[in-house]
Amino acid sequence: MKKKNRLQLDDNGKLKHFLTIEGLNRQLLIDILDTAESFTSVAEQTIKKVPLLRGKTIVNLFFEASTRTRTTFELAAKRLSADVLNINIQASATAKGETLLDTLRNLEAMHCDMFVVRHANSGAAHFIAQHAAPHISVINAGDGQHAHPTQAMLDMFTIRRVKGEFHKLNVAIVGDVRHSRVARSQIHALSMLGVEDVRIIAPKTLLPSEPEAFGVHVYHDLREGLRDVDVVIMLRLQKERMSGASLPSEHEYFQRYGLTEEKLALAKPDVTVMHPGPINRGVEIDSVVADGPRSVILQQVSHGIAVRMAVMSMAMQSHLPEAAGGRRG
Amino acid sequence: MKIEIRQGRIIDPANGIDATQDLFISDGEIIALGTAPQGFKADNSIDASDQIVCPGFVDLRAHLREPGEEHKGTIASETRAAARGGITTLCCPPNTHPIIDTPAVAELVQRHADLAGHARVVPLAALTQKLAGTAITEMHALKMAGCVGVSNAMRPVANTLILRRAMEYAATYDLTVFIHAEDHDLANNGCVHEGAMGSRLGLPGIPTAAETVAVASTLALVEETGARVHFSLISSQRALQKISRAKYDGLPVSCDVSAHHLHLTEVDLLGFNSQCHVRPPLRTQRDMEGLRKGLADGAIAAICSDHQPHEADAKLAPFSATEAGISALETLLPLALRLVDDGVLLMPQMIACLTHQPAAILGIKAGTLAIGQRADICIFDPERYWMLDEHSMLSRGRNTPFLNWEMKGEVTHTLLRGKTVYEG
Repeated sequence: MKKKNRLQLDDNGKLKHFLTIEGLNRQLLIDILDTAESFTSVAEQTIKKVPLLRGKTIVNLFFEASTRTRTTFELAAKRLSADVLNINIQASATAKGETLLDTLRNLEAMHCDMFVVRHANSGAAHFIAQHAAPHISVINAGDGQHAHPTQAMLDMFTIRRVKGEFHKLNVAIVGDVRHSRVARSQIHALSMLGVEDVRIIAPKTLLPSEPEAFGVHVYHDLREGLRDVDVVIMLRLQKERMSGASLPSEHEYFQRYGLTEEKLALAKPDVTVMHPGPINRGVEIDSVVADGPRSVILQQVSHGIAVRMAVMSMAMQSHLPEAAGGRRG
Repeated sequence: MKIEIRQGRIIDPANGIDATQDLFISDGEIIALGTAPQGFKADNSIDASDQIVCPGFVDLRAHLREPGEEHKGTIASETRAAARGGITTLCCPPNTHPIIDTPAVAELVQRHADLAGHARVVPLAALTQKLAGTAITEMHALKMAGCVGVSNAMRPVANTLILRRAMEYAATYDLTVFIHAEDHDLANNGCVHEGAMGSRLGLPGIPTAAETVAVASTLALVEETGARVHFSLISSQRALQKISRAKYDGLPVSCDVSAHHLHLTEVDLLGFNSQCHVRPPLRTQRDMEGLRKGLADGAIAAICSDHQPHEADAKLAPFSATEAGISALETLLPLALRLVDDGVLLMPQMIACLTHQPAAILGIKAGTLAIGQRADICIFDPERYWMLDEHSMLSRGRNTPFLNWEMKGEVTHTLLRGKTVYEG
C-alpha cells in the first residue's frame, strides 16, 4: 500500500498520478470534490475555458473503446485550455506489434505532459506510471477490472451535491461487482469518505472472491438489500455475461436484480438512483426508473467534466505556476 | 584425478551421515569417507572447514529454454547458473520448441548439456504428442533415449480417458507421470490466486479448486491404474491434504513445492509486481504455512526451483500480459536455508529435500555421497551473507522478486563427476 501511495503522490504529498482511490487519504478526495465544485461554473460561462493548462499537451490513450469517458476527458482538457490528442490504440500501433512501452516512449518523445489511459488489463495505468518519464502525469481512465477512479469521484461528487454529507448514508451497489472496476473504486471512495453502510447486491456468480475483505455488507436479495437505502448505484451488465455460466437469462436477472419502481419503494423515500452508463434498459434498470425523478444519471455525466478538470489540474500542479493553487481548498 | 575435500561437515541424509570428516574422490567417483585409502595422493585438495559438504542438488523442475527459446536462456547459460547454485542434476520439462516428444529432441538436450559440462540434465518426455492431449507419445523409445518420466507440462489433458490411457501406458514402462495439477476450465485464464488480493487488484483469479479438482481426479485415476504419479508445484494446503491422505492410503504418489511458494504469498503482488507472476499462483499465508508444514512432516518430498528465465521484456507489460515465472536456480539454496533459520526444517532434512528425495522421484542414481557414487558434490558456507544482484546473476533471466534481498548461505564449490564446475 505504501508503494502505491508513493507512486500516486509526489514528495510533498500532492497528487502526481491518479491511478486508484485505494491508499489516498480523505482530505485529498475532499480536495478533488472541492476543486471540481469550483470548476462547475466554467460550463455556464459564455467562454467555457480557463487558461490553467495552456501550453500543455494531454494524450487520451485509449486501448479500449469508450465514448462517454473519452469525450468528457477531452472536454475537460479543452476547458482547461490544454491541447488534446486522442489516440485509439486498438486500431493503431499495438496492432502492428508495438509494445505498450514502445508506444509510451514514442509519445514521450513528442513532449506530452499527461496520459489519460484506458486499458483492458488491470494494472496498466500503474505500469505506465511506473515507466513514464518523471515529468509525465498519468490518469487512470479505467484499467481492466481494477479501478476507474475518476468515475468513482464523479459519483461521489454527485452524491455530495444531492445528499450533502457522506456518513449516515446507506449506499447499495447492485449488479456485476465481480467484473466492475467502477464498483471497486466506488467502494474505496465511499469508505474513505465515511459511508458506514456500503452494500453490494448480486448473485454469487457476480460477486468478487472474498467480498467481505472490501468492508461491505453482502446481499443476494435486491429487496432486502434496498431497505432504507439512500443511494442505489446500478452497474452495467456486460452483454456477454447475460446468459452463460454466470446468469441464465436477461429475464431472470431483471426479475431478481432489475431496478423497478416497485422495488425502489423499499428504499428511503428520497432515494437517489445512479448508473455509470451506458445503461441497458430493461436489463438492470427499468426505463421508468432510469428516466424518473429519483435518477441523477445525466447529472453524473455533466459532473464528470468538472471532476476530470479537477483531477487533471491537480495532477499537473507540480508543473504549473501558482495559478492553480487558488483553485484548491 | 584424485581430490580430497578436507574437514567439511559432511551431510548425506540418504546414509544418515552428519559429521566433520574428509571425503576422497578418484576418477569422478567417491571412493572413501573419513580415512584416505591406502596410497591415496590428492592432486587437488579443497579445504572445507566451517562449510557443509553435501550431495549436489537435484532440481525437479527447471526450464532451460533450449531448444526454441534461446533468447530466454540456453542449456549452457542455465546449467552454468545451476552450478553456481550447487545444483548438479536438473530435470527439464518437455515444453521446449520442438517439444520433447521424440527421442531426437531428448538426446539433443542431453548432448548439449554434456557439451556445456556444467550440470547433468535429465529430460521429461511429453505425455502426449505435441502436448496436445490427444495421442500418447512413444514412451518406451523416449525412456530409452534418457527420459526419466513423462509430463504434459502446463498443458491440459482435457479428455480423462486419454489421461487414463497415458497413465496406464507409462506404468507399463515404469515411468513416473509428472502432473501439473491445474483444471484448465477452472483456471479460466487467471493469473493470480482467486482471493482477497486478486479481488482488490481486479486480476483474474485461479481458484484453489483448480488445483484440488485436478489432484482429486488424478488420484482417482491412480487408484484405477496403479500408475506412479508425481505432482509438481503444489501451491495450496487443500491439495496437499488430499495428496497426504492418498499417500497414507498407500497410493504411489509424491509431490514437490517451489522455493518461492515457501516464501511469498498473494500479498507480494501489491503494486502489480509482475516478478511475482507465477503459475501456479502465490496463494495465502495459510497455504504457505501449510506447505512449510508439509515439508517438515515429509508429505512434500522435494523443493524445486521451477526455474523460468525470461528476457526483460517478458515482464515489462501490465501484470496479466506478462509471462509467468522466476529465474530461480541461483536462489534455491539460500531460500531453502532460510527454512532452516525459520525453524521449519533441520539442516539434514532441508538437504534431503534437495538431494536424495528428488533423486528417488526421478529414479536416478544421484543425491548421495555413498562410496562408488558419481562425485556430484556441493560445498557451501551456510553463514556467508550475500546480496542477489542483477548484474552478477549467471542465468540469462534476471527476472526474480528476490533482487536485492540479503541471502544467507552461498555455494563455494560445485563438483560434477569430480570436476570443479563452480568455485565462488
